[in-house]
Amino acid sequence: MVSVRVNGQARSFDGDTSMPLLWYLRDELGLTGTKFGCGVALCGACTVHVDGEAVRACSIAMSDVADKSVVTIEGLDPKGEHPVQMAWRNVSVPQCGYCQAGQIMQAAALLAKTPAPTDQQIDDAMLGNICRCGCYQRIHVAVRNASKGA
Amino acid sequence: MTYQRNQHDVAIANVSRRNLLKGVAGTAAFVLAAQLPAIRPAMAYATGAASMPHGVVTNPHVFVAIAQDGTVTIVAHRAEMGNGAARTSLPMIVADELDADWKRVRVVQSPGDEETYGNQDTDGSRSVRHFIQPMRQVGAGARKMLEIAAAKKWGVDPKDVVARFHEVVHTASGRKLGYGELAEAAAALPAPALDTLALKKPADFRYMGKGDVTIVDLFDITTGKATYGQDVKLPGMLFAVIARSPVVEGKVASFDATATMKVPGVVKIVKIDGTPAPAAFAPLAGVAVIAKNTWAAIKGRDALKITWDDGPNANFDSVAYKAHLEEAVRKPGKLERNEGDAEAALKSAAKVVTAEYYSPHLAHATMEPPSATARMTDGKWEIWTSVQSPGGARDDIAKRLGVDPKSVTLHNELLGGGFGRKSKWDFAIEAVLLSKAMDGAPVKVVWTREDDIRHDFYHTVTAERLEAGIDKDNKVVAWRHRSAAPSFMSNFKPDPKFPGEIELGMGFVDTPFNVPNIRLESGEAQSHVRVGWFRSVNNVAHAWAIQSFVAEVAHALGRDPKDMLLELIGPPRVVSAAEKATTSWWDYGEPHDVYPIDTGRLRKVAELVAEKAGWGRQLPKGHGLGIAAHRSFVTYVATVVEVAVDDKGNIKVPRVDTAIDCGFFVNQERIRSQIEGAAVMGLALAKYGEITLKNGRVQQSNFNDFQVVRHDEAPLVTNTHIVENGIEVPSSGVGEPGMPPFAPALCNAIFAATGKRIRRLPIGDQLA
Repeated sequence: MVSVRVNGQARSFDGDTSMPLLWYLRDELGLTGTKFGCGVALCGACTVHVDGEAVRACSIAMSDVADKSVVTIEGLDPKGEHPVQMAWRNVSVPQCGYCQAGQIMQAAALLAKTPAPTDQQIDDAMLGNICRCGCYQRIHVAVRNASKGA
Repeated sequence: MTYQRNQHDVAIANVSRRNLLKGVAGTAAFVLAAQLPAIRPAMAYATGAASMPHGVVTNPHVFVAIAQDGTVTIVAHRAEMGNGAARTSLPMIVADELDADWKRVRVVQSPGDEETYGNQDTDGSRSVRHFIQPMRQVGAGARKMLEIAAAKKWGVDPKDVVARFHEVVHTASGRKLGYGELAEAAAALPAPALDTLALKKPADFRYMGKGDVTIVDLFDITTGKATYGQDVKLPGMLFAVIARSPVVEGKVASFDATATMKVPGVVKIVKIDGTPAPAAFAPLAGVAVIAKNTWAAIKGRDALKITWDDGPNANFDSVAYKAHLEEAVRKPGKLERNEGDAEAALKSAAKVVTAEYYSPHLAHATMEPPSATARMTDGKWEIWTSVQSPGGARDDIAKRLGVDPKSVTLHNELLGGGFGRKSKWDFAIEAVLLSKAMDGAPVKVVWTREDDIRHDFYHTVTAERLEAGIDKDNKVVAWRHRSAAPSFMSNFKPDPKFPGEIELGMGFVDTPFNVPNIRLESGEAQSHVRVGWFRSVNNVAHAWAIQSFVAEVAHALGRDPKDMLLELIGPPRVVSAAEKATTSWWDYGEPHDVYPIDTGRLRKVAELVAEKAGWGRQLPKGHGLGIAAHRSFVTYVATVVEVAVDDKGNIKVPRVDTAIDCGFFVNQERIRSQIEGAAVMGLALAKYGEITLKNGRVQQSNFNDFQVVRHDEAPLVTNTHIVENGIEVPSSGVGEPGMPPFAPALCNAIFAATGKRIRRLPIGDQLA
């Protein structure tokens, strides 16, 4: 049995504790905003916050999130108005949109720790999140606009 | 370090339509009347839409519904994969002609059903090209119906009323009625005849060509609410992954699922039979594991013991095949176009420049791996998936099931990337087969990334050989180009071993150069993998080779590459490949007179981009500029890349400038995003893209060995320069044509920076 908080709600899971958090979120809780992209922490599409840290949900087992607090894109802001989400909309970042929840969660985690990142810090933080449509330039601008250093 | 990433720092006003629409679930009074026959419209100009399956539909009843509160619902019938055409640009065209307030418009996605909605095959950069005219007629028809309804209500002549921004006004008295108030009466009217419609004058357009309309799914995408095929969830749904034959045309010889059945959550094992070539989009042979969640299915698959019968492609090796393709272009091939006498002109030339180029197979690697869910209830099938051709997929599935297409509903979700991969609906057929094996219970097939990379319909591999004969005055007088690439037609008929007219039309027989002696030949190339079409298709290889070769010829003659390019394009004229091509000349399915090859427009984008990019400007050490221009999908694009190469051979792209002439454009904002994305995807294929095979097996598996460009490698600045055209210039397309010029412009820039010529993609460590 694993106890975990997801978007502020207490949950318990009594299945296979080797199951990655990703499949628990998607298949068991129906929180499909967290996307499946590669399954091996290479693309960042499944990025969520675990105790405030950006984590690839595909590569962390349920046993490793016991008693932790998980925040997904659905729980980032009750109205969807987190500064990163607003910045994303203001520069029309998405094309297909599939990777964007992961990108936003990664950026939100960066800015929580580093409110005024340099371009280099943005590069370093975001390079684990792949966008095949190629929205990187706008992602970069959106992160900077959402930061205190914009 | 400070730099500007692009020109989008200025915040674009956020249109928060979603909030306005909250609570609007009222029944539309203007009911979709799908049973009405399709109207074949008279268009201002003809397009290839007429020859696509099911053509176009212009009936307002099919596409527009207006609720009593004035909310306008517009049906998006094509697939949305990120370019914004299907769910934003086309509905926006309807809304503009309807003179609706875009803030009060809601877009709903149609199911796969071409008889009702017209062609839905979202491919070939066709959405705006084929549907700008029909969607204008839909909007204008709905507007006219509202005007007639208002005139009836007031008892006045319809000529004296006018629809204006969500209201109909009686001009003499100033009386007004909102669209919502008129909806019911308007809905009861027949669709007006097309020849009675008055289309708006361009000066009256509110949205078309006006700039920055954000995509309708923007809020949902940024909040995780947007639903893709992978995200479908049904009560009682089961999850499946499939171990597929690692070799195309292979079969399951035997398997042992004992260990799999011990994995908690695994429900059933289903063997899937393969289909002999040509298999079209039939699933590959394999063994499916159906489970209560995806993880159990994945673990169950890991525990399978399968013996494969690899079949006829068991020994296929892409290294040996590369040599085979290169051989094929070193000898005379199948003649595809002949003008003058290139053989004789090469023999008598003062100088001959020759170069060979090789570009490998590529995987599409959409961020959303393929997925589909199917269930059958009371003999009715339902499928939820993300495909580029929802109507074609539905009809094919119905045929395979031996049922009436009307008993099959295909719900098309957002596509997490398409790029041509999701034109093939093999995964949707898999879902249906597995649901059938579970007596119709809902089953979702999940492709993992490894499945996606190893079982794609791959972008074709190409070898090219170009020879240019130069006379004593340094003029190019002969042009011989041989190209060999396995054909995607091998999916549909016994392998033709030579490209079909579609493949030839993509940057080969349509070569626009002003050279008196031109000879184009295809080399023989048998297919051993599932060849598919990938964004821009054969244009990628052809443009890379041709535009690289132009710069090579320039270098050999000591000329400026831009001047050489313009000289080869020649004076403004219409090039017709029709009488010179030995097979019929396919021009993206479009009529040659409406979308001619206009070298004036090609010149113009090349000149424009050179000017905007500051061609010839002073650059830091290790930097270089490269240029390329290419017409594809009846759109003209030219790109200048600035590259920076360090002493270890690492590449950076400080700046990209692209000029595009796509005829009359609808939404600049999405044109810019497509061009920015094309630069990133073009850079990815140039730097890293390569699928190799050994013993018939794809050697790559995930983003570790099939690398794509990441955030820190993206071009720092991408400037898009869009040529302005009036509505009378037929709209073309934008999703694909940004891609082909990028790789050659990059490679030409690398040559300018380093003196090293790239003739084999990917670049990989060739500069190290």
